[in-house]
Amino acid sequence: MKKLHYSELWCSSPRYWGGLALLAFIIALGLGSAYYMEHHGHWVTGMSNQVVWGLPHVFAIFLIVAASGALNVASIGSVFGGPMYKPLGRFSALLAIGLLAGGLVVLLLDLGRPDRLIVAMTKYNFKSIFAWNILLYTGFFAIVGVYIWTMIDRTVNKHYKMVGFAAFFWRLALTTGTGSIFGFLVAREAYDTAILAPMFIIMSFSFGLAFFILALISAYWWAGRQLGELRLTKLKNLLGVFIGAVLYFTLVYHLTNLYITAKHGVEAFVLLNGGIYPVMFWLGQILIGSIIPLFLIYSPAFSKSRFVISVASVLVLIGGFFQVYVIVIGGQAYPMSLFPGKEVLESSFYDGVVASYVPTLPEAMLGIGGIAVAMALVAIGSRMLKVLPESLEDPEDECA
Amino acid sequence: MGKHDDQLDMKRREFIGKTVLAAGAATVAPGILLTVARAANETRGVTSAVRWGMLIDTNKCADDCTACVDACNKENGIDLVQRPEGASDADWNAQRPQWIRKVKLRDMATQVVTTLPMMCQHCEYPPCVDVCPTGASFKRADGIVMVDRHICIGCRYCMMACPYKARSFIHQNVENQLVAVPRGKGCVESCNFCVQRIDAGNTTTACQEACDKAGHKAILFGDLKDPESEITRAFKTHNSRQIRAELKLNTGVRYIDV
Ligand code: SF4
Ligand code: SF4
Repeated sequence: MKKLHYSELWCSSPRYWGGLALLAFIIALGLGSAYYMEHHGHWVTGMSNQVVWGLPHVFAIFLIVAASGALNVASIGSVFGGPMYKPLGRFSALLAIGLLAGGLVVLLLDLGRPDRLIVAMTKYNFKSIFAWNILLYTGFFAIVGVYIWTMIDRTVNKHYKMVGFAAFFWRLALTTGTGSIFGFLVAREAYDTAILAPMFIIMSFSFGLAFFILALISAYWWAGRQLGELRLTKLKNLLGVFIGAVLYFTLVYHLTNLYITAKHGVEAFVLLNGGIYPVMFWLGQILIGSIIPLFLIYSPAFSKSRFVISVASVLVLIGGFFQVYVIVIGGQAYPMSLFPGKEVLESSFYDGVVASYVPTLPEAMLGIGGIAVAMALVAIGSRMLKVLPESLEDPEDECA
Repeated sequence: MGKHDDQLDMKRREFIGKTVLAAGAATVAPGILLTVARAANETRGVTSAVRWGMLIDTNKCADDCTACVDACNKENGIDLVQRPEGASDADWNAQRPQWIRKVKLRDMATQVVTTLPMMCQHCEYPPCVDVCPTGASFKRADGIVMVDRHICIGCRYCMMACPYKARSFIHQNVENQLVAVPRGKGCVESCNFCVQRIDAGNTTTACQEACDKAGHKAILFGDLKDPESEITRAFKTHNSRQIRAELKLNTGVRYIDV
């Protein structure tokens, strides 16, 4: 068995510092946008009393969901004992922490009162799934932090399996919690379904892995280290399976809704006549986010191209973003049915009409800033910790 | 509102009452200053022997009248909220706070047109309270659901959860406000049955007063637990219903003929 050497990402090249500087710049823009929104109030955003969660929430939820999925690679390595995945475990855990931190920053800065963070941390209403999520997120940082530690430090390595299991279950709980934020909203037709929580778990597998593949390829490119074909092929094929699973769950979700007559309205809204939302669904999620990547991944012509694998991963992320957008914004834009059997002739509060939402630049900048926070944390983390094997050449025999 | 509802209600009330009195018994770590501020303005004279509620007779609600909305805006300082410079009409309409609104409906089968005021329905089982992470949304012992603006972090989860779209987020800077009705940018608020009036011993809300004065008498406010109150008697003689009754929230606001 060949011994693996991990080492810090040590490259003094302009590639690393230039990249980091760029990320810092994007983060600064994001912070500036957040300040702008807080200073003036949310009226400068596209959000309103009808669409109360806007683009920042889409980014935040997308990142948080992806975070739990990014840990998948580590889990496969330690919980399911996949030898090809084990060497990637440390990096996968680091990425998970980075993505979660990025998402939470966005969530926090979009609050009406981000200055009251201390209130959010000290006052809990335990009936609120949101409060549970605060605990789940904090716990995730702690457990995954310890997980990395058990992987790196030989003296505590004996606990590695146990912590690995804990992290695995914690992240399932975390994604269930995130999905349940919507699942519990009986008020809104699009969300009132139990399938949202498991669907979020499958989504997390897919988005998380796509992020992981991209981060891995860029890290090895940044550092000029070797990354073997076999491992990438495995990851890529796994991504294909996850994309298929998300498609399947999407199908079940819509079929269940179509089965319930009362939900035909909201289904038609998302699938057919809801303006921008059906376009995002069919073009964004289904075509760009699922069908094209599946084709790229499984078509023998491209199977070895690193570029194509990266493109497929990026498309999965774009599609996933649209998917979250349709769930978060589309679900709010569709009017609540307060008076079944009646049509609303007049209301000053947009009762019975589709709410409009046009995202603004600061909202987008804040969200992109969150992604930059995630990437910067991973870049800095890989430079400070031994998370990446010096070489990921394909092993001669299948063990690591 | 049968007997057993009241029983259940007692348990919840006791729970909430204790939370308020013990000043943060339901919190993990005490945010001492904030909690004291909260306890001080809530406990005075609030008792679960009372449940405030409202009965709205849509037959009496006049089509072109906005007396209740105007009165609410004045009573609660909503008319003091300034339109931000540069906000378009559409933005302003979608973003300004509205505690009570007039809605005009047409029945698709019978073509009958109804108008009615919509506001927070003061649910006995309020989803907004369930989801609020900090406990800023709370239900008082007397059934009034309101937001503690000292601990609202502006997450808007309650707005996502409210089945009646009863809540407004303060999207803009607040220049002027009434002392009795504090308001802050970045917090959520909604109808609280003119709690400042009730706590001062008043027994009507601003909207009811205005509706009466306009001669319509479409709004009846009162104590649902007092068998002698006008509202309890009206409940017995009229067929009223809750909006979205299927959600089983046991709302404190009921409507006749919708
Ligand atoms: S109507 Fe909405 S805001 Fe009022 S108590 Fe019910 S859920 Fe809460
Ligand atoms: S916006 Fe305020 S009142 Fe509403 S759920 Fe969040 S903290 Fe609670």
